[in-house]
Amino acid sequence: MEISVTVNNATRVTDVEPRSLLVYYLREELGLTGTNVGCDTSSCGACTVHVNGESVKACTMLAVQADGQEVTTIEGLAPSADQLHPMQESFREHHGLQCGYCTPGMVMAACSLLEENSAPTEAEVREGLEGNLCRCTGYHNIVKAVLACSGQDVS
Amino acid sequence: MIPAAFDYKRAGSSEEAVALIAEYGDEAKFLAGGHSLLPMMKLRLAVPTVLVDIGRVGDLSYIDDRDDHIAIGALATHRSLETSELLITECPILAHVASKVGDPQVRHRGTIGGSLAHSDPASDLPAAVLALGGSLMAQGPNGEREVQVSDFFTGYFESALSDDEMLTEIRMPKAPGDSWNYQKFNRRAQDWAIVGVAAVQVQGTTQVSLVNMGSTPLRAAAVEAALAGGASAVEAAEQAAEGTDAPTDLNASPEYRAHLARVLTRRALEAAGIS
Ligand SMILES: Cc1cc2nc3c(=O)[nH]c(=O)nc-3n(C[C@H](O)[C@H](O)[C@H](O)COP(=O)(O)OP(=O)(O)OC[C@H]3O[C@@H](n4cnc5c(N)ncnc54)[C@H](O)[C@@H]3O)c2cc1C
Ligand code: FES
Ligand code: FES
Repeated sequence: MEISVTVNNATRVTDVEPRSLLVYYLREELGLTGTNVGCDTSSCGACTVHVNGESVKACTMLAVQADGQEVTTIEGLAPSADQLHPMQESFREHHGLQCGYCTPGMVMAACSLLEENSAPTEAEVREGLEGNLCRCTGYHNIVKAVLACSGQDVS
Repeated sequence: MIPAAFDYKRAGSSEEAVALIAEYGDEAKFLAGGHSLLPMMKLRLAVPTVLVDIGRVGDLSYIDDRDDHIAIGALATHRSLETSELLITECPILAHVASKVGDPQVRHRGTIGGSLAHSDPASDLPAAVLALGGSLMAQGPNGEREVQVSDFFTGYFESALSDDEMLTEIRMPKAPGDSWNYQKFNRRAQDWAIVGVAAVQVQGTTQVSLVNMGSTPLRAAAVEAALAGGASAVEAAEQAAEGTDAPTDLNASPEYRAHLARVLTRRALEAAGIS
């Protein structure tokens, strides 16, 4: 089936099998391998992207469901090749990553969270990132990075 | 994991969706948010050969004030329930319970219609809807019919909907104020309830339902009767496991679930100010 999806502001017209999952369409058809697959069972959030501005687990959505929609992946977040998005910058600044595997999904989920709640409490950040697992950091610095990105003092 | 191959049809309206399901018969399934169906298809627990995508039936995402009740389109997402000013004012328990489903990503995609049609006894929204009462509208090849919520959950992952019927609307009574509470007991983030209890006062009557205490969500009838008979919250909560048939799994034995049901019912009633 032919689908037309706006991915990172560019319209992509591709022929996909109905059973193709959005995450494999992004990684394998479009070569956007920034979005990771962790669990492939809707649990870990490594595959989080935005669909029409909202965080979604791309392993739990069909590519055909994204037909006509706007998708943003981690590749589409930074304003330019030599400038990070403020959330990426904040993760770097506050050591919100170690191995980096969860990071693209974590950053996408964090941006969606701040879109819905621009000044979350620490508890709200923890709950808002409930759908994203990190095996390395112990979450503390991720939470700090998100709070800092929302303009709150974390010193 | 990729689901087995299927044909994909997209419906523009509920009439078209019902016609497509009728055309393809038993092997076809509705696809709403896909957050129960797609994980099952990936695991081959469901192998439909045709999916009828109702996710674009845009006019079924409403949450409307209809004077004596609130009407919710089947495709309203958990997120839209959670943030609906109308629900927060007129039926706060439903907005709150929606906010306890899974995680934000799940709530952005999952729909109330999908959650009810899926009829998982461990799910949150079915129990909230059961506690509130009200009715559901189903559309089939021969038109529309109204099903009482009390008749809707018929078995383990089974509802009163027939295979060719689409759930279109959920009609909930208004239950404003603070006399409600939802206790969801689980041990991991984003997980289903090991046991859950919803308690809400609807027009002066206390209604209580249980999550994951049997093959369907259940009304805690013995608790309700005890309260109606003048028992205190503490006394009534002792009856919470009466008539239930709690499952056993890795998380809990039936005995432990019965214990949780009693404790959580007491907490829910007390937090709702019903004593
Ligand atoms: C990681 C994860 C965590 C979750 N955690 C929870 C949780 O804590 N609590 C909880 O309650 N739920 C949880 N869920 C389930 C979630 O709430 C689902 O979104 C919901 O159960 C199904 O809604 P859906 O729109 O995604 O339906 P779908 O998956 O699209 O459909 C589910 C079933 O209902 C049928 N169906 C859908 N819509 C209709 C309709 N209008 N008429 C007739 N049949 C229809 C489909 O054919 C299918 O059989 C979780 C899901 C995931 C992936
Ligand atoms: S890969 Fe999608 S949630 Fe883990
Ligand atoms: S940084 Fe390694 S999983 Fe999060």
